[in-house]
Amino acid sequence: MDILYLLIPLSALLVLALLGVFGWALNRGQFDDLDDEGRRILGADDAALDQAQTRADRSPQESP
Amino acid sequence: MTQESAASQPVFSDWSVRWFSLAAVLWGVVGMLVGVFIAAELTWPELNLGIPWLSYGRLRPLHTNAVIFAFGGCALFASSYYVVQRTSQARLFLPKLAAFTFWGWQAVIVAAAITLPLGITQGKEYAELEWPIDILIAIVWVSYAVVFFGTIAVRRVRHIYVANWFFGAFILAVALLHIVNSAAIPVSLTKSYSAYAGVQDAMVQWWYGHNAVGFFLTAGFLGMMYYFIPKQAGRPVYSYRLSIVHFWALIFTYMWAGPHHLHYTALPDWAQSVGMLFSLVLLAPSWGGMINGIMTLSGAWHKLRDDPILKFLIVSLSFYGMSTFEGPMMSIKTVNALSHYTDWTIGHVHSGALGWVGLISMGTLYYLVPRMFGQTKMFSVRAIELHFWIATVGIVLYIAAMWIAGVMQGLMWRAVNPDGTLVYSFVESVKATFPFYVVRLAGGLLYLAGMLIMAWNVVKTATSGRYAPVPVPALRPTLA
Repeated sequence: MDILYLLIPLSALLVLALLGVFGWALNRGQFDDLDDEGRRILGADDAALDQAQTRADRSPQESP
Repeated sequence: MTQESAASQPVFSDWSVRWFSLAAVLWGVVGMLVGVFIAAELTWPELNLGIPWLSYGRLRPLHTNAVIFAFGGCALFASSYYVVQRTSQARLFLPKLAAFTFWGWQAVIVAAAITLPLGITQGKEYAELEWPIDILIAIVWVSYAVVFFGTIAVRRVRHIYVANWFFGAFILAVALLHIVNSAAIPVSLTKSYSAYAGVQDAMVQWWYGHNAVGFFLTAGFLGMMYYFIPKQAGRPVYSYRLSIVHFWALIFTYMWAGPHHLHYTALPDWAQSVGMLFSLVLLAPSWGGMINGIMTLSGAWHKLRDDPILKFLIVSLSFYGMSTFEGPMMSIKTVNALSHYTDWTIGHVHSGALGWVGLISMGTLYYLVPRMFGQTKMFSVRAIELHFWIATVGIVLYIAAMWIAGVMQGLMWRAVNPDGTLVYSFVESVKATFPFYVVRLAGGLLYLAGMLIMAWNVVKTATSGRYAPVPVPALRPTLA
């Protein structure tokens, strides 16, 4: 079962990568305001966006 | 696309959403038609008319590829491109590359529809396509990842909505699985040999195979579920916190469930047990997500009575719950000793495929199609209702027939006389299965009929409307 020497380390690496992504999400405030995030998608597609929810690195004047 | 970019204000790029939605309906009809035909072939084998490319062995992979990758795949492309733009409040990153993924994916599907009946196959379940097509899939998939993650990168909303996490995991995992499992040594344009041999190959194949179920048929469609159920119900998901837990729990535990496909084979016993253990653990996040989705309607159950699209979406979750309970049970070795190689497995797969993947895709397409053609609702809402009931009755007939047939086959195969000889020959179990194959065919015909109603409704909706570009929302100053 030599293949397990490939698949198991691959899975371990994957879990480490996932932990990294999870840490990124945690540190970047992705889970800070979970009470409101679920509600936010319910506005109409053309609803204007609250400035408080925009990304800090994107100024309000900037168009995509 | 020219029409969309001509607008002065930036608009969402919906060209690929629109065409993938239409393609999903077309391939749904084709894939289910092939499914009904091979169900009839199992009932009356003479239906292959002695023509090799109509034989069951060649059409069966055509059916599975068409419904999973053509119907399900196009529905996933359409919904992920739609959801990522709306929840990120940003236009699709590289819309031309998104258009390439559309044409590339259609080319893969057409190539599959030609090569599989000709008998050109790698012989790996759900990964039958030969190496040149595999390379095209890899190119399309990487482009898909660039478009999707590019849109996430240019998003204007800080938070990444949970549906996008599911879509993102689905895209990355499928890329990894496809590349590892399809590694092969080509000997000619139409023939290659797997890079792995024997039980190694089996392990890689089912590491791929079960994770394809987990990430293609589960994570991707959960992305749909977490966006379209709240949108259609007009209510936020029951617990947004739980949806985050659902995501991380699911992706951390999924990768090692595959060995349960290889119980009682040459795979080492401990690896089989690991597969069984991980499969059992999966019950928890799966049911958490199922309850979370259904409870979104808590306090507004009446919506289920009036809204046929919600019926599709919510009932799909109940089938998700059923099959994610049944799956872990079947992965228990003692249960598997009875169920493996019987039609119970086919019943289980179809409760997931027809019930969960099919119904959630149909509900999503009923949401998307009117919006893609400047309408507020489908041409006929009554036809959606009719489709729902026909499809549901079809599913119930299908899976009930396969459950009974499967348990019967398992019991007949293991029945032993006091002197140690088998009570039944194999062909006796085939003969006993005949009536259940007839019922299964009836269930499949009903499901196909529902899909044809949908196709009619979609064509009517598309031809009676015109796409109206949707502007990307402007930013507004904070009032606080």
